[in-house]
Amino acid sequence: MKRLLILLFCLLPTFALAGEAQDMAADPVLEKRMIGLAEKLRCLVCQNESLASSHAELAEDLRREVRELMQKGMSDQEILDYLVSRYGDFVLYDPPMKKTTLVLWYGPFALLLLGAGVLFLQLRKRKSEIAEPQLTEEQSARAAALLSERQDSQTQPKDIQA
Amino acid sequence: MMRFILPFVVFVVLAVFLFKGLNLNPREVPSPLIGKPAPGFVLPQLHEPQQNFSPADMKGKVWLLNVWASWCVSCREEHPVLMDLAQQNIVPIYGLDYKDNPVEAQRWLQRGGDPYVLSVTDTEGRIGIDYGVYGVPETYVIDEQGVIRYKQIGPVTPDNLREKILPMVAELQAK
Amino acid sequence: MIPEIGHFSLIVALFIAVCLGVLPIIGAARNNAVLMAIARPLAYGQFLFLVIALGCLTYAFVANDFSVLYVAQHSNSQLPVIYRISAVWGGHEGSLLLWAFILGGWTLAVAIYSRHLPDEMVARVLGVMGFVAIGFLLFMLLTSNPFDRLLPAAADGRDLNPLLQDPGLVIHPPMLYMGYVGFSVAFAFALAALLGGKLDTTWARWSRPWTTVAWVFMTLGIALGSWWAYYELGWGGWWFWDPVENASLMPWLLGTALIHSLAVTEKRGAFKSWTVLLAIAAFSLSLLGTFLVRSGVLTSVHSFAADPKRGIFILSFLVVVIGVSLLLFAWRAPKVGLGGKFDILSRESLLLSNNVLLSVAAASVFIGTLYPLFMDALGFGKLSVGPPYFHAVFVPLMVPMILMMGLGPLARWKKIGGLELAKRVRWAFLSALLIALLLPFAMGMWTAMIALGLLLAFWIIATMLLNLRERLLGRNDFLQRVRNQSLSYYGMQLAHLGVAVFIIGVTLVKGYETERDVRMDIGDTVSAGGYVFRFDGVREIEGPNYIGGRGHVTVTRNGQAVTELYPEKRQYNVSGMPMTEAAIRTGLLRDLYVSLGEPIPGSNGAWAVRIYIKPFVDWVWAGCVLMALGGILAISDRRYRIHSKRSGAQLDTALEEKTA
Repeated sequence: MKRLLILLFCLLPTFALAGEAQDMAADPVLEKRMIGLAEKLRCLVCQNESLASSHAELAEDLRREVRELMQKGMSDQEILDYLVSRYGDFVLYDPPMKKTTLVLWYGPFALLLLGAGVLFLQLRKRKSEIAEPQLTEEQSARAAALLSERQDSQTQPKDIQA
Repeated sequence: MMRFILPFVVFVVLAVFLFKGLNLNPREVPSPLIGKPAPGFVLPQLHEPQQNFSPADMKGKVWLLNVWASWCVSCREEHPVLMDLAQQNIVPIYGLDYKDNPVEAQRWLQRGGDPYVLSVTDTEGRIGIDYGVYGVPETYVIDEQGVIRYKQIGPVTPDNLREKILPMVAELQAK
Repeated sequence: MIPEIGHFSLIVALFIAVCLGVLPIIGAARNNAVLMAIARPLAYGQFLFLVIALGCLTYAFVANDFSVLYVAQHSNSQLPVIYRISAVWGGHEGSLLLWAFILGGWTLAVAIYSRHLPDEMVARVLGVMGFVAIGFLLFMLLTSNPFDRLLPAAADGRDLNPLLQDPGLVIHPPMLYMGYVGFSVAFAFALAALLGGKLDTTWARWSRPWTTVAWVFMTLGIALGSWWAYYELGWGGWWFWDPVENASLMPWLLGTALIHSLAVTEKRGAFKSWTVLLAIAAFSLSLLGTFLVRSGVLTSVHSFAADPKRGIFILSFLVVVIGVSLLLFAWRAPKVGLGGKFDILSRESLLLSNNVLLSVAAASVFIGTLYPLFMDALGFGKLSVGPPYFHAVFVPLMVPMILMMGLGPLARWKKIGGLELAKRVRWAFLSALLIALLLPFAMGMWTAMIALGLLLAFWIIATMLLNLRERLLGRNDFLQRVRNQSLSYYGMQLAHLGVAVFIIGVTLVKGYETERDVRMDIGDTVSAGGYVFRFDGVREIEGPNYIGGRGHVTVTRNGQAVTELYPEKRQYNVSGMPMTEAAIRTGLLRDLYVSLGEPIPGSNGAWAVRIYIKPFVDWVWAGCVLMALGGILAISDRRYRIHSKRSGAQLDTALEEKTA
């Protein structure tokens, strides 16, 4: 390793002056915007990767295309429309709100409302349906004895006796 | 107690979907361009780069646009099928040589035969993007008004030629 | 010869599974002691033959027997021995064998650690597990035999996918499968209870430790997979909402819900039918995951080669197992009693609300994962559902869940006063809010998402501290109080702390990561996040089965040397596949992550280099490890130790008499 380093340092003067590395992208700000958009897009040829992370050639072409469209001053939405008109909704990882995607977008929240509603009704029903029988003295004594034998957490005796 | 049977019902519906899903290909992306005018372009021809070709030249004719490349493995598979089709003279086939080296493309056609009336070169793949190309080879059926009527993704085979492409061509030509 | 022994063992294991899946269940139904008693020996026998089968396949890999098709497809003579062993589960057939083996292992464990259970229960539980094993063994033997011969034998193998040649991938699948398959125990207990028609709290008590063990494995398995993706895929992501990842997340979410609802059922005898349904659903989703990965209905980076015949088989198997258990549920569940009484606001109700949220979260992952399939099947066209969707739906569901998570451990069973609880937590909430609002300024950038994430994390921590203070500080002896708390209490707190640590990790790495994608000539430097990275070139290296280049990057901070990083770019000899091996300097507060891109053509040794500073990223996995440790603590509680079982059973009877 050391020898290699020495070798490298001997070679150094022959290279262009070493300095602050250049960004790969000509315009880092635009690149950031492009990657941000490409993360929401699906690479068509890969199994399941975003356009931002794919190494496929088509993905590279499409990234170039997106970059150029951005340079032309198109907005993100216009670029998405541009791609959808060519490849369909399939390219969008963020599916658009449509009649056919209502279940997708609202389904989880509808389920949440439903679940919360059912739980609330169940709890109310239980409360009115169950009459709590009191422990007989013998039973409480037995429970208390067992609990102290187990020396379990402190809240439990409270639970039983409450 | 209907609510206890509900999980079973939900599961049965799911199973039906999963069964249907087994016969679907999740990787095939239908083209939104069907029924839309074929995107215009002006590209140099492969054999005579000084001359251009544009889909506008084909107004009034039913034709096939086949996207191919010398590096494309499945193109070798469909090539004999296209050669056969070209000899039958049913419908003209135009080639879009996609992201290819023109020298290698010409050599490829010399070796296997040239089924195309002519091919144009899309070296940077820009026209490919306009056409929504994602898996070479792809074949578009374009009608007399210049509207894309059908898109075959993947190689043209005797089967899909007989069942889909030729009936579509015959129907369009009869108009 | 050896592969034939393996094949033969699989056939024997199948026959044993058939006996196990049928006879003890009949025995339990007819109260036939002999038929019930053979369940244990059958479980031992089944495991023995699965050990032999797995051993034979491993031997074939280690000995480079390329006359076995599966070995020829997934190994190579150049492959290091450790990866030859992990290649056993590197493909479809072998991973199925691993599944079956682990199922056999869990069955064995139940057979051994069930001495205190009634014979009937043991017979039914082992029977259900044997029934599940029939499906997997039959699947293997009919469609995916790992011992199929290749004649004539290949000269050498096609090599293991380079992505899988990694220490993380040696243990990730066994861990994850331990989790997936482990849920079969809770499932089997649930079905056994339904079959016997006796859904009582003892059932919940018995299945609780098993469920927690499976959950611990699953948590670690998922975390390992995510950690692997982070360092192996080369761009520093750790969760992609890929269908296969989702397939493991769904049973995990339901398993988490199950652990909590088992607590309600065990302690208070309530919501028994819901708990049973969760146990069935958690394992059903494990099975569904298998179907999604192996049938090709969804595209995923991880999926195995698709084969429609296999898809049909697993689907039929799913329909039988899940269908029968849900019908059994519909038949038996309506007869279940209501259990103990509790108020609309109580620890019970908080735990159940957490169940609702976790189940809805699992459902949203489910909807997102399968929606493209539904759309396509209905002829509505194709669409993709990816990370933006899951972020938009999953995060809002997690917010109320975390808020309740802080309250749950503070709330008493049966009844709490809302106002009283609010009063108790007001300082905890205010301090969490204050930290969440101020900390981002100290970190250099304030965004609403970061503040929200920190609020949730510190809310958990603050309520936990409050809880500990209420329980441990007081007039009498502190140490005595510390000893008085049960291990399961500490386990719960530790697991919850894990969630907080996880949230901190996710929030800070998302909020403050820095990325540079630069062209570096030899000697060039780039600064990011206060560190300076100097590129000292790439030299050629030769591995056992690959060639490549190893870069040398020196990292300094304020002129002080921090570390040297050696990212690699490899090309594997057999597959020709290029691989990026990122170099990572792990730290408590940040990771330095360097990966090599491509050499710059026409330059003098310059490369494209990607540099990331990932603050707190390891907290993501540390959180998962804490959750798992919490689970381990909880099951080490003496309540689950054999000697206390008797008094536990007596307590159950006492409780039941009380709540009947």
